[in-house]
Amino acid sequence: MKINNVILQTVAKIVAFIILTLAVYLFLSGHNSPGGGFIGGLVLASALVLLFVVYDIEKVKNAIPVDFKKLAAFGAFLSVGTGFGSLLFGAPFLSQSFAYFDLPFFGKTELTTVTIFEAGVALVVVGVVVTIILSISEDV
Amino acid sequence: MNNILVMPMVIPVMVGILLIFLRPYIKAQRWISFSTMIVNAGIAVYLLNRIQTEGVLRLDFGGWEPPFGILFVADSFSIILVLTTSIVTAICLLYAFSSVGKEHENMFFYSFINFLIAGINGSFLTGDLFNLYVCFEIMLLASYVLVALGGKKRQLSESIKYVVINIVSSWIFLIAIAYLYGTVGTLNLAHLSERIAESGQTPLLTVISIVFLTVFALKSGLLLYFWLPGSYSVPSTAVAALFGALLTKVGIYAMIRVFTLLFYHEQSITHTLIGILAGLTLIGGSIGAVAYKDIRQIIAYNVVIAVGFILVGLAVATPIAMEGSIYYLIHDMIVKALLFLLAGTMITVTGEYRIDYMSGLIRNYPLFGWIFFIVMLSLAGVPPLSGFIGKVLVGHGAIEAGSYILLALAFISSIFVLYSLLRVFLNSFWGETIISKEDKVPMKNGWLIPCVLLTIGTIVLGLGAEPLAVYVEDAANTLMNPQIYIDAVLKD
Repeated sequence: MKINNVILQTVAKIVAFIILTLAVYLFLSGHNSPGGGFIGGLVLASALVLLFVVYDIEKVKNAIPVDFKKLAAFGAFLSVGTGFGSLLFGAPFLSQSFAYFDLPFFGKTELTTVTIFEAGVALVVVGVVVTIILSISEDV
Repeated sequence: MNNILVMPMVIPVMVGILLIFLRPYIKAQRWISFSTMIVNAGIAVYLLNRIQTEGVLRLDFGGWEPPFGILFVADSFSIILVLTTSIVTAICLLYAFSSVGKEHENMFFYSFINFLIAGINGSFLTGDLFNLYVCFEIMLLASYVLVALGGKKRQLSESIKYVVINIVSSWIFLIAIAYLYGTVGTLNLAHLSERIAESGQTPLLTVISIVFLTVFALKSGLLLYFWLPGSYSVPSTAVAALFGALLTKVGIYAMIRVFTLLFYHEQSITHTLIGILAGLTLIGGSIGAVAYKDIRQIIAYNVVIAVGFILVGLAVATPIAMEGSIYYLIHDMIVKALLFLLAGTMITVTGEYRIDYMSGLIRNYPLFGWIFFIVMLSLAGVPPLSGFIGKVLVGHGAIEAGSYILLALAFISSIFVLYSLLRVFLNSFWGETIISKEDKVPMKNGWLIPCVLLTIGTIVLGLGAEPLAVYVEDAANTLMNPQIYIDAVLKD
């Protein structure tokens, strides 16, 4: 039996964008207020999971040709790598720093090394969550 | 700046991550992991020598000064253990190359070995109680995977028990940390020690210390060892050797650290309790070691006896007994790895688990047989080998402190160790050979070389006790005088 889920798919296309936007917002706001890499990553993963549920796994995998295990590993690499970065500047392991830059479109912006660390965390979360969901769905 | 201090933990983490990308290249994975362990050993030697001249070293992560930030602290005790861990792991990896098999090596085997070592080294080096918990978890998560890797029915049923036991004990660990934080308001080990000394070890703190004792007893197999023989007998030989050599030792390390640095004021309660538990462990382990005919059970109970023996030194708590415990800890890491490798190889070449079904192995594999003989003597504590010095020092300490019951139990347990292994030797190595020339499984060099290396290790450790004594004395001295540790962490 083929289920007609045109409405679901149409809504999901829009909702996925809203979720992704929220994920980016949560990720960026995490620096000084609630949010951060872990939560941002979870929300981002939930958008992907929604796509997996609404479309089938094959279709989404074709659209997003990423090995999520490797994505998680890359995220971990990024996070640990920022710790190593501080060694280059002769600072203690895991030191962080920030500075203000005048960027063209954004104006005066605070750029921090923590954001790179958090991006790594977000990638690990996305990679792990999607890998778990996919391997559960393969079993059924 | 002592950034090198964090390397024994971070290099394995980084290598473990990189190996995920190198999944198809097994040869590269093998040798990268092996060189990581060698590099770690080199770093440990360098640090050990620096500590002798500069005293206890520390590294504040991100420049946050203690007691506010998390830090790594390296004293001789922790670095000696890091060094031994690196060497033993490197040798076990050599064994894994020719025994694990492509289909499992492909399943991120070397990544998880690296994560396991990262967790173990982190536990040895951390100077923060909560960080200790985190490093324990890293180690345990990797060990869950390694226990279950292979997917045999018995492996899965044992790994479920293993996971449940460890989750429960980690939960108790967390509760104990919460109690302690609620009582004294800090998690930095040195700061904790200072505050407990200021307020005196009140009955409340003593109760909390007993909660910690329960946790570490579960992890190290002190009396609460019921899970140990099952879980250590299911994984593949190289992994079992790593577990037998390293995992319980992390629990022992944590116990020694907590009861020499934090809760050393009420020794009549806490250390007496540790003494009773150690005594019961020695009795239980000895009975187990002679009761079974399955070789995997016999060697698992030998691990239990060693745990009891090392903690006799902590219970007695004199400087000499402490030195003995440290010597015995190093000795046991090397020899238990060797024992597990030998037992695993015996099972592989005969296809049997029970010692009464094996016979005459020494005719087929003479060198292998003599290695087993040397291990047996080393574990029993025969002089030129490494078990001797630890036993003598622990015994000396026990006599000084007048704990004659513990002394008797410790030495009677050595006789049981000797008996249990002699029984294996007589049954499996002597007698008529059961393996005919045609069926003989050739002994791979990849199996024999690691065993020979570890045997050399136990001989060198026995003969080289004198040069090593400087480091062990310093380690015991730091353990017995918490002020050295506190000054190194809290004063600049």
